Amino acid sequence: MNIKADFPSLVEEIDYGTPESRAQKQVTLSVDGRSITVPEGTSIMRAAMEGGVEIPKLCATDMLDSFGSCRVCLVEIEGRGGTPASCTTPVGEGMVVRTQSDRLDAIRRGVMELYVSDHPTGWNEKAGTGASEFDTVAKSVGLTENRYGVEGRNHVKQEDGVAPGHGSLAVDYIARDESNPYFTYDPAQCIVCSRCVRACEEVQGTFALTIEGRGFESRMVAGMHEDFIASECVSCGACVQACPTDALREKTVLEKGMPERSAVTTCAYCGVGCSFKAEVKDDEVIRMMPYKDGKANHGHSCVKGRFAYGYATHKDRILSPMIREKISDPWREVSWEEAIAHTAKEFRRIQYQYGRTSIGGITSSRCTNEETYLVQKLVRQGFRNNNVDTCARVCHSPTGYGLGQTYGTSAGTQDFDSVEFTDVAVIIGANPVSAHPVFASRLKKRLRQGAKLIVLDPRRTEMVKSAHIEADYHLPLKPGTNVAVLTSLAHVIVTEGLFDEAFIRERCDWTEFQDWASFVALPENSPEIVGKLSGVDPELIRGAARLYAKGGNGAIYYGLGVTEHSQGSTTVMAIANLAMATGNIGRPGVGVNPLRGQNNVQGSCDMGSFPHELPGYRHISGEAVRDIYESLWGVKLDDEPGLRIPNMLDAAVDGSFKGIYIQGEDILQSDPDTKHVAGGLAAMECVVVHDLFLNETANYAHVFLPGSTFLEKDGTFTNAERRINMVRKVLEPKARYADWEATQELARAIGLDWNYTHPSQIMDEIAQTTPSFANVSFELLDRVGSVQWPCNEKAPLGTPIMHIDGFVRGKGKFIRTEYVATDERTGPRFPLLLTTGRILSQYNVGAQTRRTDNVMWHSEDRLEIHPHDAENRGLRDGDWVRLTSRSGETTLRALITDRVSPGVVYTTFHHPDTQANVITTDFSDWATNCPEYKVTAVQVGASNGPSDWQREYDEQARNSRRIASLQAAE
Amino acid sequence: MSHDEDHITSTSEKLVRMANQIAAFFHSKSREEGVAGVAEHINKFWEPRMRRQFFELLDSGEGFDELVVAASARIKRPITPAEADLKLGLKPFPADAAASQK
Repeated sequence: MNIKADFPSLVEEIDYGTPESRAQKQVTLSVDGRSITVPEGTSIMRAAMEGGVEIPKLCATDMLDSFGSCRVCLVEIEGRGGTPASCTTPVGEGMVVRTQSDRLDAIRRGVMELYVSDHPTGWNEKAGTGASEFDTVAKSVGLTENRYGVEGRNHVKQEDGVAPGHGSLAVDYIARDESNPYFTYDPAQCIVCSRCVRACEEVQGTFALTIEGRGFESRMVAGMHEDFIASECVSCGACVQACPTDALREKTVLEKGMPERSAVTTCAYCGVGCSFKAEVKDDEVIRMMPYKDGKANHGHSCVKGRFAYGYATHKDRILSPMIREKISDPWREVSWEEAIAHTAKEFRRIQYQYGRTSIGGITSSRCTNEETYLVQKLVRQGFRNNNVDTCARVCHSPTGYGLGQTYGTSAGTQDFDSVEFTDVAVIIGANPVSAHPVFASRLKKRLRQGAKLIVLDPRRTEMVKSAHIEADYHLPLKPGTNVAVLTSLAHVIVTEGLFDEAFIRERCDWTEFQDWASFVALPENSPEIVGKLSGVDPELIRGAARLYAKGGNGAIYYGLGVTEHSQGSTTVMAIANLAMATGNIGRPGVGVNPLRGQNNVQGSCDMGSFPHELPGYRHISGEAVRDIYESLWGVKLDDEPGLRIPNMLDAAVDGSFKGIYIQGEDILQSDPDTKHVAGGLAAMECVVVHDLFLNETANYAHVFLPGSTFLEKDGTFTNAERRINMVRKVLEPKARYADWEATQELARAIGLDWNYTHPSQIMDEIAQTTPSFANVSFELLDRVGSVQWPCNEKAPLGTPIMHIDGFVRGKGKFIRTEYVATDERTGPRFPLLLTTGRILSQYNVGAQTRRTDNVMWHSEDRLEIHPHDAENRGLRDGDWVRLTSRSGETTLRALITDRVSPGVVYTTFHHPDTQANVITTDFSDWATNCPEYKVTAVQVGASNGPSDWQREYDEQARNSRRIASLQAAE
Repeated sequence: MSHDEDHITSTSEKLVRMANQIAAFFHSKSREEGVAGVAEHINKFWEPRMRRQFFELLDSGEGFDELVVAASARIKRPITPAEADLKLGLKPFPADAAASQK
């Protein structure tokens, strides 16, 4: 019998067996003589556990609804006959429950004996992982014998060697499934408790698993009796987490044993910001276990967060600083001291030679708030200018501008829990199933409970139709027509009188509303006119508008399909208008929710990464705000806005911008119009890349500073719901310094007197200078887990929902949103529209996920093209095709699908050899310069192989990655 | 890399396009709001060298939207790089001093 070893430093969580009841009414009962008070609707099992009495269980776990199949959790209730299951029996007032008696002990032992007869543990006694609840329960019920033998037809006999995979004569035996790179499935160990099947349905919402067969034939199978990898399984791992035996088990645990210590930390992938226990053994991460107390994910995760951490120890990681004179030279490994001193000297030389504003920095949306704060401080206090920007420039800068203008603050209005109260969800230009999977699971759960769904997307995404989910309205609009369609929804709401007059009169400026209403009511905004230019059936627009306005709590969730357009900021305003007009702001279940791409893109914006504002979204021209920092930092601050990333590159090409410190961002791959980016970088004299890997930007770098992963440092990330979550160090930095320490070294080298010894001191400085963070400290976060800003005197524990009693700016502002067609138009040379996006298993430019087994799901970027357009061009599925725009051309393989409409093609940008951004243009959002990634006029044709650009780029990249002391890396 | 060399957009062309894009948004507002809006936006978000270039382009009669031209009176003319250094209490960097001679 394998018993869970006692590791005192492993964070343990209590499993209450069944979900929490939300009822208000309290009920008091007695369990084994203890008086326990719980909300009505709580199960006896949960009530007992809350009172400190653990009832043995196998099929129950508090992530799932109770099921009542294992018959181990039986109890006796005074005055009732029989032995009901405690997981399915709700508590009653005055109920007297016994969880232990001779009768119950005998029943439980009998049940466990039967289970054991069909459940030979592992290969042998020693091979068990210690992770199995089954073994613990068998021990706790005092099982000592098995009179039935273990010769069940679905596993081989112990004396035959019990070596699954080595052949067996047992007719129902199924070999162990090793196809998933991260976990194994051994059907012989399945006890048919259905926890995996229910986790896949209830928690994840994929419905990939089922129970097949009867008696000895019964067990869980994936898909249509397929290998996991071939099934529709998305490898979220919820089933592995749910499995009470070792039937489903992480390969790392099987290979290396159970972890010994853990810390609660925050995922470094998307903006959902899931909490995990990073579980470690011998300085190696064994597994990432979703943390049930995590307010964003409540114990769930996706394939990236749970499994794709292997990049942290990938052989490509660079662990020594490196410098070189010219980008055509090989890299030379140097000490940190030399690299830092060289960088400081170069930056000073460049400022002397080209002027104060000739250098700048880019903060990372992947690093912590504290690290981001330090980079902008370095630029402002040390470089004495405001040339600092962050990759939010290329994703959510229009959100900042649009919501700032209309509501007065740049942030999503809700927490993720709010979705549980939503009646109508509107998804615009986002595909959460791929890009924000854990939120998507929660949304899908709500949809299965009956909430309605409206999707605005050029593609028929997984959100539009998947297992037990179907959008009530899908508006497949032509890329670039967001503003027209959203204004048309407003047209219907205004002209049909569906707006919430009481809300508008109370919370908004009525005169501004009237002006806006007269604008949206114009005939050119009617669905009938807009339908023609957007390609959407006018009846769909009308239906969607009526549903959103009158269907109960309406919540809008949007992504980069909204922001990455010439009219990105206008679209955000149009969304804000819709929510105000229908009164869908300021309570649970409603709101405007930008789905943030990167783990800390919200935080990097909050921390003053933009060239025009100090932390907390305060414009640099404000004297009172500058005073706060000037007195603390001891220098005068420049009161003029600095350069944004695209402006920096323009200035570099023009010769007035010569040096840059880039922390954790790969602008060459992620920014549009690759050739222009390359031209800008090549024109600079000192490009410093601070990263885990020699990324694409590093091809143009003169200094490389090795970065640290989120496992190697302390700090905080802020997710899409403004939630500040702790990041905790579980491993020492592999390259000596955590990123904040490296920035501090650089600051000292240019003469700044920085003496931070722990990131908590940086957060203290942020709290001291930023009103919306006034109450935030590591001590508070350690105590309460997480908080959502604003967190200050008025809201000491943070603000889950914003604008409750009024908008941050005072009155909500309606703004006219006139549709202006983008200059990027199709024509005879470029007749198709390209739009771009993500898939589930890969993350952003793929630097991390490409260095994990996630490549098993997505090893290349493909071009999705409609069968009609493919046939016109003589293309077959899988053919190499040439994709050309006015910016450049590349080649990739075609994927023929009607998910895209005729006239639209789609690709992802996870792989550098595809270089989708060679194609994208230099057009950008009018207000923020956020690039127009989502609309590019292209032509597609048959191809013989890589384009000239791909060949030249590949050669240049290989050359520039040479490291002198090691000879050619990669 | 052959067919598109004639399409590289210069910084000045981009500035004109950006200014006109801003004007396009503000055209649907009242005249007063539009003029103030364009000027405020450029003052808030355009770095001094961009505004400096903007005025050079304006003087040379580049193809700006008339709303941009109307707003230009309210757009802040940046001080010279040397003046900006001095304002921060710095001795002007040699390059900034030289640039301010023009």
